[in-house]
Amino acid sequence: MKRFARESAAIVEVELIKLVRDPTEIISRAIQPVLWLVVFGQVLAQARGIQTGQLSYLAFITPGILAQSILFSAIFYGIAIIWERDLGVVHKLLVSPAKRSSLVFGKAVAAGFRGILQATVIYLIAFLMHVSLKLEPIAIGAVLVSVMLGSGIFATFSLIIACIVKTRERFMGIGQLLTMPLFFASNAIYPLDLMPDWLRIIALLNPLTYLIDALRGLMVTGGASIHGYAVDFSVMIAVFAVMLFIAVRLYPTLAE
Amino acid sequence: MNNDISDKLAIKTSELTRQFGNLIAVDHIELRVSYGEIFGLLGANGAGKSTVIKMLTTLLPPTIGFAEVGGFDIIKSPGDVRRSIGYVSQLVSADGTLTGFENLRLSAKLYGLTSTERAERINDALNFMGLIDSAHKLVKTYSGGMIRRLELAQAMLHRPAILFLDEPTIGLDPVARHMVWDRLLNLKRDYGMTVLITTHDMEEAEALCDRLAILHNGRISVVGAPAELCAELGASATMDDVFIHYAGGSIHEGGTFGEVSQARRTAQRLG
Repeated sequence: MKRFARESAAIVEVELIKLVRDPTEIISRAIQPVLWLVVFGQVLAQARGIQTGQLSYLAFITPGILAQSILFSAIFYGIAIIWERDLGVVHKLLVSPAKRSSLVFGKAVAAGFRGILQATVIYLIAFLMHVSLKLEPIAIGAVLVSVMLGSGIFATFSLIIACIVKTRERFMGIGQLLTMPLFFASNAIYPLDLMPDWLRIIALLNPLTYLIDALRGLMVTGGASIHGYAVDFSVMIAVFAVMLFIAVRLYPTLAE
Repeated sequence: MNNDISDKLAIKTSELTRQFGNLIAVDHIELRVSYGEIFGLLGANGAGKSTVIKMLTTLLPPTIGFAEVGGFDIIKSPGDVRRSIGYVSQLVSADGTLTGFENLRLSAKLYGLTSTERAERINDALNFMGLIDSAHKLVKTYSGGMIRRLELAQAMLHRPAILFLDEPTIGLDPVARHMVWDRLLNLKRDYGMTVLITTHDMEEAEALCDRLAILHNGRISVVGAPAELCAELGASATMDDVFIHYAGGSIHEGGTFGEVSQARRTAQRLG
């Protein structure tokens, strides 16, 4: 266990060094949530076309936009993995005696830290737009855990795709194909109640729905988790465990 | 398994074979490399050199056959094999967005060195490879020769018994190439390190290798010391003649699109 933690921490450390040294990705990825909240959110709020119960539409979509931001950022993590494969970095890591699970887990945790930076940006935008946020330490701590889990799920999912397709060109196509359906087949910008039955079933199978459900209860004043936090976190932990299991088995095939 | 023989061999393979679909990339090869030896694996592009190295370094499972590296079975004890070896890939594996020191620290941590060992060995490796003044510069600012020396430093940090080098001087200018050769010969002299090196540079093979094997279409055509192999072909025969004779006369014509573009990418990054 100590070895697993040490090896994972080594991977996280280099990923964070790279992030600090070149934060352009974080800055560029902050633009999209600004557009969704400032433009889309405000226009839809004026239209009053979507019933969101006690929450204003802007407060309703704030957790959804955070989850979207995590999804879009983490799902393209596979591109970086393919880049590392093309450079030979993956070969170097796989020839080391480090456990494959710690290499993959380290990547997932590093994606989680990127997610936390995005959460910080979205908290700031939401605050400036007068969305009433829960700022109790427990709520913020639980949001951070949710963000880490959500990022871990989609980063390992992305790694699995990268291991299967192995080229950047193919990955870009599949990444584009997956992100929008995952986003629209979730409760990010409209409640599950408004969906037709077939879409609601898909949304209930989508882990993004449970991330958003937890964030909605933990992040905004007056928000509540429809499924309950126990269900939300159980689903996220289970999905992450399955993704991790598959990714650990597929990661070595990148060097073949 | 004959333990008496195995104990004295750094690398031993028996009928080692790798098939990709219908293509047999490596076909029942038998290799014996002694400890302390620099052993060359030569062959045209696509002859199977990199596939052999990938199998011996546990990156690729063999289809059939057996191999022991450092006394450990590559299938049954891959973790022990990885602890016994260092590897420099044909690709440029040093991370350009990190400093040389940070690259070395990552390797040291993944190999489980303690913080005291890390400090000492990183310092030793940087000194040995002549990189001490550039340790805290980003690797993307290094020259091709410096990158290769850094990768050698990373590969030797945990003091492996056996070093695998897959075309380590591809894309380097003659000065950088000779500097890498010097370091390799020093590794052998100072640490008694066993080195398995793939190349299709005959000058490199002659300068470095105690013995070499020439691969052709996944099979070993011949094994021997460079001087012996030349002598067998005649008094005036060179290593180029030996290569052409045993590698099917195709020094530069072989290789898949992927292999050629990979080699050119590496050359471009180091150049």
